Amino acid sequence: MKILVCISKTPDTTAKIAFTQNNTKFASEGVQWIINPYDEWYSLVRAIELKEKDPSTVLHLITVGAADTEPIIRKALALGGDEAIRVNADSHDSFYIASQIAEVARQGAYDLIFTGKETIDYNGSSIGGMVSELLDLPYVSLATKFDLNGTVATIVREIEGGEETDEVSLPVVVSCQKGVAEQRIPNMKGIMGARTKPMKVVEPLAVEPLTTIVSFELPPAKAGVKLVPADNPAELIRLLHEEAKAF
Amino acid sequence: MSVLIFIDHSEGHIKKSSLEALSYGATIAGQLGTTAEGILLGTVTEDLAALGKYGIKKIHQAAQDSLNHLDAQVFAKIVSEAAVSTGATVVVFSNNLSGKAVAPRVAARLKAGLVAGAVALPDTTGNGFVVKKNVFSGKAFAHVALHSPIKIISLNPNSYAVRTGEGVAEIASLTVPADAAKVKVISATQASGQVPLTEAELVVSGGRGLKGPENWGMIEELAKLLGAATACSRPVADAHWRPHNEHVGQTGIAIAPNLYIAIGISGAIQHLAGVNRSKVIVVINKDPEAPFFKAADYGIVGDAFEVVPKMIEAVKKLKGVA
Repeated sequence: MKILVCISKTPDTTAKIAFTQNNTKFASEGVQWIINPYDEWYSLVRAIELKEKDPSTVLHLITVGAADTEPIIRKALALGGDEAIRVNADSHDSFYIASQIAEVARQGAYDLIFTGKETIDYNGSSIGGMVSELLDLPYVSLATKFDLNGTVATIVREIEGGEETDEVSLPVVVSCQKGVAEQRIPNMKGIMGARTKPMKVVEPLAVEPLTTIVSFELPPAKAGVKLVPADNPAELIRLLHEEAKAF
Repeated sequence: MSVLIFIDHSEGHIKKSSLEALSYGATIAGQLGTTAEGILLGTVTEDLAALGKYGIKKIHQAAQDSLNHLDAQVFAKIVSEAAVSTGATVVVFSNNLSGKAVAPRVAARLKAGLVAGAVALPDTTGNGFVVKKNVFSGKAFAHVALHSPIKIISLNPNSYAVRTGEGVAEIASLTVPADAAKVKVISATQASGQVPLTEAELVVSGGRGLKGPENWGMIEELAKLLGAATACSRPVADAHWRPHNEHVGQTGIAIAPNLYIAIGISGAIQHLAGVNRSKVIVVINKDPEAPFFKAADYGIVGDAFEVVPKMIEAVKKLKGVA
């Protein structure tokens, strides 16, 4: 049993979002970087649980990023996993990133590939779907529960207006969200152990990105809150109806 | 040349977010001087020809019951083949849960650039094709240029208004290969009769300030009077006061309604990440220092247990409800 967990480096959820170079680059100075929460809390932790249940499981982590992503992937290794693979490339194009992951996955013949449901920076929700298509594997998106019985996975996933329970034989690509697992805090043993775990750096495939970010834009600043006295909620309703035309 | 729009449905009904996608795709077709066509896999009770009023010339339908369950792999193959056979240069999805499953697969299959989470029409000046999308969980926008011959756009729900005119769509039956889905659906449950949160135009949401699940009666009453969906903050869902599918925020559902009324929610940055795209935000909180007021358009600093019943009275009066 071989599992591949995709890890992305993202700004902390509380990071101030700003741009430089005429709004073409994310202002990364002073930004605290974290493992994308969906990758960490849900897909990585669930994969670690599967390995705890079956210690013969091989668990690899993959990231596509420059050398500065290494602290993040070491942090992920502190939670668990046998080794990490870093594809040495920096890109925001989801097809480019998915192509790199698919290539590593193809060579490694993984039974299970986990992604988070999206990254909290570019919000594409695309990598899992693209990787599955490139590998011609089934894809179960937005899983809220994942169980494995031999080589058959039972997965609960969120669908429009409800949920669905699916059964699928491995190999499969799954995107994970809340419910799949609970967040863990790395312990000292894990942090120390992560320092010596192998980190393989591979050079990227030549892939032409299909998209580029031309510029960024911040939403217009809010005009400020209009406060209505607590003893006059009727005035609030009137404003919402007549001024904001919200209903 | 055409613009092909994926029409999503559940329980026999076309999703509102797909009607937005149809209007959006038809407008792009106008921009590019081409026609808009729809593709629907499975069966619905609505009259498909009537979708012409959204500016759609033709609907390709594969009316097999087996396609009423969305399988990303099977769907991506059918939609990709239809895109090629109709000569589509743009394929539009709603960026709802179905779109998130299928659009990336279609993009990878067609080697087509994808913008997931578009919020505006593409800028096609000077032969370019640049689409504005949400990034950083609603805290910013990016303008993304697509370079591939086929462009895939996944439109965020509630970010493009439905437009209707005159017209009748031609229905073409789509023959699809009988590819068995590798994912077997064991069971599916739908929360029938409720407006799905992602599609709701009005949302009333409650937080820890409401003290307990027994106090949700007034939230539900206000929501019902307004025709709004109900939502909650993470601590409320974690404490099982409300079901998890009501949880909005960074780890829950991201929504963008016309009106979001937050009652007893302090407005942590993770909560804001899920609701900051709402057009009008109203905050009711007794703590004047609650960070949510900084993101709000309207607010009342006051006790929810006193304020909300008075809001209910005011809405009743306005709507003429006894």
